[in-house]
Amino acid sequence: MTATPPSVTRTSGIVVSGLVVETARHHVPVVADVAFEIRSGTVMGLVGESGSGKSTVSVALLGHARRGLRIADGEVRVDGQDILAMTEQELRRSRGRLVSYVPQDPASSLNPGLRVGSQLTEALTIHPDALAAGQPALARVHEVLDEVGLAPTRQLLDSYPHQLSGGQQQRVAIAMAFVCRPRLIVLDEPTTGLDVTTQRRVLDTVRQLTQRHQVASVYVSHDLAVVAGIADQTAVMYAGRIIESGPTAEIFRSARHPYTAGLFRAAPSARRTTLLVGIEGRPPRPGRWPQGCGFASRCPQAQDDCLPAVPSLTSVGPDHVARCLHPLPSDAIAHANPPVPPSPGHSGSALAVSGLVAHYGSTEVLHGVDLTVPAGCCTAVVGESGSGKTTLARCIAGLHQVWRGKLSYAGTALDPLPQRRSEDERRVLQYVFQNPYASLNPRTSVGANIEEPLRYFTALSARDRRERVLRVLDDVALSADFADRMPDQLSGGERQRVAVGRALSVDPELLICDEITSALDVSVQALLVEQLRRLQHERGLSMLFITHNLAVVRSIAQHVVVVSRGSVVEQGPVEHVLDNPQHPYTIQLLADLPHLEPTA
Amino acid sequence: MSIGHAPTTATEQAPPPAGADGPSGRAAHPVRSMLAHRGVSGLFSVIAVAIIVYFATLVLPGDAAQAILGKQATPQRLALLRHQLHLDQPPWEGFLHWAGGALHGDFGTSLVNQQSVTSLVGPRLLNSLALVLLTAVISSVLGVVLGAISALRADKASDHVMSSVALVASALPEFVVGIFVVLILAVEIKAFPAISILPPGETIWQQPNELVLPVLTLVIVTTPYVFRMSRASILEALHSDYAELAQLKGASPARLLFRHALPNSMAPTVQVIGLNLLYLAGGIVLVETVFQYPGVGLALVNAIDARDVPTIQFIVLVLAVFYVLLNILTDLIVLLLTPRRRLPR
Amino acid sequence: MTVQTLRSGRARNDGPARRRGALRRTLTAALSTGRGRVGLGLMLLIIALAFIGPYLAPNDPTMFVGPPYAPPSHGLPLGTDDLGRDVLSRLLDGGWYLLLVAAAATAAAVAVGAMAGVIAAYRQGRAGGAIMRVTDVFLAFPQIVFVLLLVSVLGASTWLLIVAVAIVQAPQVARVVYGAAQDVCERDFVKAVALWGVPPRTVIRRQVMPSLTTPLAVEGGLRLGFSIILISGLNFLGFGVQPPNPSWGVMVNENLLGIRANMWGVIAPAIVLALLAVGTNMFADSLARAAFGAEQAEDFVAGSALGVGPS
Repeated sequence: MTATPPSVTRTSGIVVSGLVVETARHHVPVVADVAFEIRSGTVMGLVGESGSGKSTVSVALLGHARRGLRIADGEVRVDGQDILAMTEQELRRSRGRLVSYVPQDPASSLNPGLRVGSQLTEALTIHPDALAAGQPALARVHEVLDEVGLAPTRQLLDSYPHQLSGGQQQRVAIAMAFVCRPRLIVLDEPTTGLDVTTQRRVLDTVRQLTQRHQVASVYVSHDLAVVAGIADQTAVMYAGRIIESGPTAEIFRSARHPYTAGLFRAAPSARRTTLLVGIEGRPPRPGRWPQGCGFASRCPQAQDDCLPAVPSLTSVGPDHVARCLHPLPSDAIAHANPPVPPSPGHSGSALAVSGLVAHYGSTEVLHGVDLTVPAGCCTAVVGESGSGKTTLARCIAGLHQVWRGKLSYAGTALDPLPQRRSEDERRVLQYVFQNPYASLNPRTSVGANIEEPLRYFTALSARDRRERVLRVLDDVALSADFADRMPDQLSGGERQRVAVGRALSVDPELLICDEITSALDVSVQALLVEQLRRLQHERGLSMLFITHNLAVVRSIAQHVVVVSRGSVVEQGPVEHVLDNPQHPYTIQLLADLPHLEPTA
Repeated sequence: MSIGHAPTTATEQAPPPAGADGPSGRAAHPVRSMLAHRGVSGLFSVIAVAIIVYFATLVLPGDAAQAILGKQATPQRLALLRHQLHLDQPPWEGFLHWAGGALHGDFGTSLVNQQSVTSLVGPRLLNSLALVLLTAVISSVLGVVLGAISALRADKASDHVMSSVALVASALPEFVVGIFVVLILAVEIKAFPAISILPPGETIWQQPNELVLPVLTLVIVTTPYVFRMSRASILEALHSDYAELAQLKGASPARLLFRHALPNSMAPTVQVIGLNLLYLAGGIVLVETVFQYPGVGLALVNAIDARDVPTIQFIVLVLAVFYVLLNILTDLIVLLLTPRRRLPR
Repeated sequence: MTVQTLRSGRARNDGPARRRGALRRTLTAALSTGRGRVGLGLMLLIIALAFIGPYLAPNDPTMFVGPPYAPPSHGLPLGTDDLGRDVLSRLLDGGWYLLLVAAAATAAAVAVGAMAGVIAAYRQGRAGGAIMRVTDVFLAFPQIVFVLLLVSVLGASTWLLIVAVAIVQAPQVARVVYGAAQDVCERDFVKAVALWGVPPRTVIRRQVMPSLTTPLAVEGGLRLGFSIILISGLNFLGFGVQPPNPSWGVMVNENLLGIRANMWGVIAPAIVLALLAVGTNMFADSLARAAFGAEQAEDFVAGSALGVGPS
């Protein structure tokens, strides 16, 4: 029983059907059976985690396939014209003019050797028919810059991309996409890497422009909260297929596909203090798609009839379809996560920082930071990039040594240089890095990585170390056979778990986690965060959890410290600070934060 | 920061560029500081080389003058030589005398034929310069063009062939290449003279025929490096994110190549061309020997053979200065080609 | 500055560790390509020629067996050279010395250069800067000129030749190792271990060096190629070999004047040298590609070749 998508006339809006993208050499499908329709003037959110195929779909809408891939089948009709059926020349005439693209990383997508002005006019030079008769290109450029909120000064136009801030670069990219007044705009995670306030402004701009010029927009993102705030309809992708789509409000109110529901359970929220529930396992990679439902191996509702064939999209509500034979009932989602159990808490403070002033070269990056990390609790340090939160963590750990002030652990002062600290101090304070791909030695096995600190801090025999390694793996919910695998065989989430395990193997008392979930997908992040919370709880660890994601804080920390431009602006118990912020920065931050409850 | 009412479209100004106002003001600082920096370190390098070169003669086992004159040493000649080489003075004084003379362009007289070193080696410098510059121009143009063609046909048969040829050509020792060139073009086909018979004092322009084979040899040896770098840079530019975005704006392949890929690939290619020139400074030694070309390389080999110390000192110093200047020039051009470094945020 | 940093504007430090497996895996991968196989084949062929050749030579390489520059005949397949000696026998005997010296010099250069590079990378501060400054001075000079000077001043004994060539090659090895080691030392897993208070020597040994074996092997291969070219070039100029001992480089020079009479005295050693040089380079190139992938290998090889060229 296939569904009938929302009605769209044949000559307006976007109609995508039967899109298939496969590898060029071996014809292995990477994206299959993708279909949707978008009305002009509305935004469709395309949601998925890494490997879901959303980026592949996004460029396929312009008839483009990245290296090694080719578009095998399908139609992409923009106002009646099929992009995928065009010749090379027709395609070149349509790109930038009929359909355009906003890339994920403007820093690398803007030509570093060309001035911003000439890059803005480039599309008009390629498509002179986009201008009304006699209208100079510069006038349109000014128009479009105004619309994205950038003052069209000579200075801006003469600048090179690297002279602009991230937010400005992204606005230039958006302006470039709108300059020819296209009918379809594809935005590929355009707010990644931007701070929350800039992100809010960019989202507002996109929504306004979409409506004003009656274009159809596809907004690709991995962030459900962002999509909630901008999309009129949402499609969720998993393992190369759309597994659920419908009006945003519908999906967010009650997701019917188990994977979508799982995403919601894993998504952190700044408004609710609940546990995060992740999804174990990994999505199937192209070439290893199972015969049946791609999610079945990880799905709690899977049954025998899910295995033999891929389910087709079935209707589960008005305009709402899901690719599932046993969709969830319609009231399953809301607030399904259990609340966070109260933490026992111990008395006293583990770490005390006072008057910490740190420098990078001649620039002062921390201006007299004071904070206390209570023992046995998790303290989150929240701030935007450049706020100094990572520098703070590195000073405490001993990675950054150019600072003055007072830093003491359990009463005793800590030296800036780790070599000068006592062995016990070094053991008791452990640090987990942000990048899962760089924190493990690629030349030795996972087990060898975990037991490395044991070699220096303990005098255990090889057999005893091995035993510890197995116990540690168990603690981070990895099976014993991981011990002999090499790091490059593990996913990002698994590697982070190993890194955490390595830190825990020597029984530390204070664990510093430096943005350890920033590089991970939502479902994987949820697993890690929950594991950490449980471990912290069970062992009475003190923890310093650095993050830029304010929403995660509630699911793991009891105290929070808000940092901005090198100073602490607010600190206190999580509930107090987040429910009742005092400092203007915190208030603005919370106001600009996208929330899971849809407002589009 | 406004609380509660975020403006619908906030207008932002572009940040004032770092440094002074106006285009010339902007470029001044990184360029000036780089020039100053490199100039100073270059000066140190030249001084270091001068010291090494001067004191090398004192390292000769036994008495330096004796070792140089060998069996022809009479007491008068020994004394004369020692004076000529400043060996009768304390080492550092001798060095300063020599250095002082050098700064005035006086490097003493050649031990071989009592002519002033500068007048002897001068014309040969010009000959070598002609060789090097001609080679540089030809190999650069050829390398960039072929590299671009290869990049556009990446992974196709023609690309594989060109890359393999480049690999082989870059691996061959240049005197071997010279030999093959001589064999094919001078011996078998008898088209060009195998060795140069240029009367002393004449410059190469008066016998351009003799330039052909040495230049051909050097071009064969140096073009592959420019080719490989040009190909690799252009490919990298063509596969970059900004090239993809341009493609998604509807840019034609020609536009992608000439407006996006080529300009951004120039900087590393220029670097390689500069490095090639540096390499040539040493490479001419072998090639000039094969063809008996009257240049600085051959002069150096002959001088070493004859232990003509003043000449050796002069040539080595000239090479060092050439090196330093070329390095600075290359880095300057590369800096000017890279807006990201020329205009810091 | 390496060519690589120049291209992307910053060193490629992010992303998954590109050290694809152990050296063995790189070797097998390299040997599965045509380039690798042909390269290694040529190398082994010429090496065999060089070391087995002396036993196969029909005549004593220093004995006069005929008139100078006699064309090939029945008993003398390659004719005679400028002094009437058997070209074939001289060819067979003219390689082993060259290869031994080249191998020794390369080994010394790699050992010294690697140590210098690693230490400079780990001890970032003044010691590291000083070491790299010294290598920069060395690299500011044509190799062959430097060796010529040394050899002319101090004589051409075997040991001196090995030392001279090693001195001249070591800076490039140091620079490559420095770059690779810096890249590794910047990675978090090395910093993690240092945080535990492990002494630097142990950190270098256990964490840094294992990631350096592959780039070092590739660089060593390239250096061997350059050593061969450099030494044969020196021989060609008349340095480093005592007459009447044969050497391929010397043979090319001494028979040059008679090239029209009997070209084999020049061509045969030239061909052999060419095959060896090409083979070594091809193999090193295939190793680089197997280790780093096509794009990065290009940067590596170009930087290595032009940091100092063969002359």
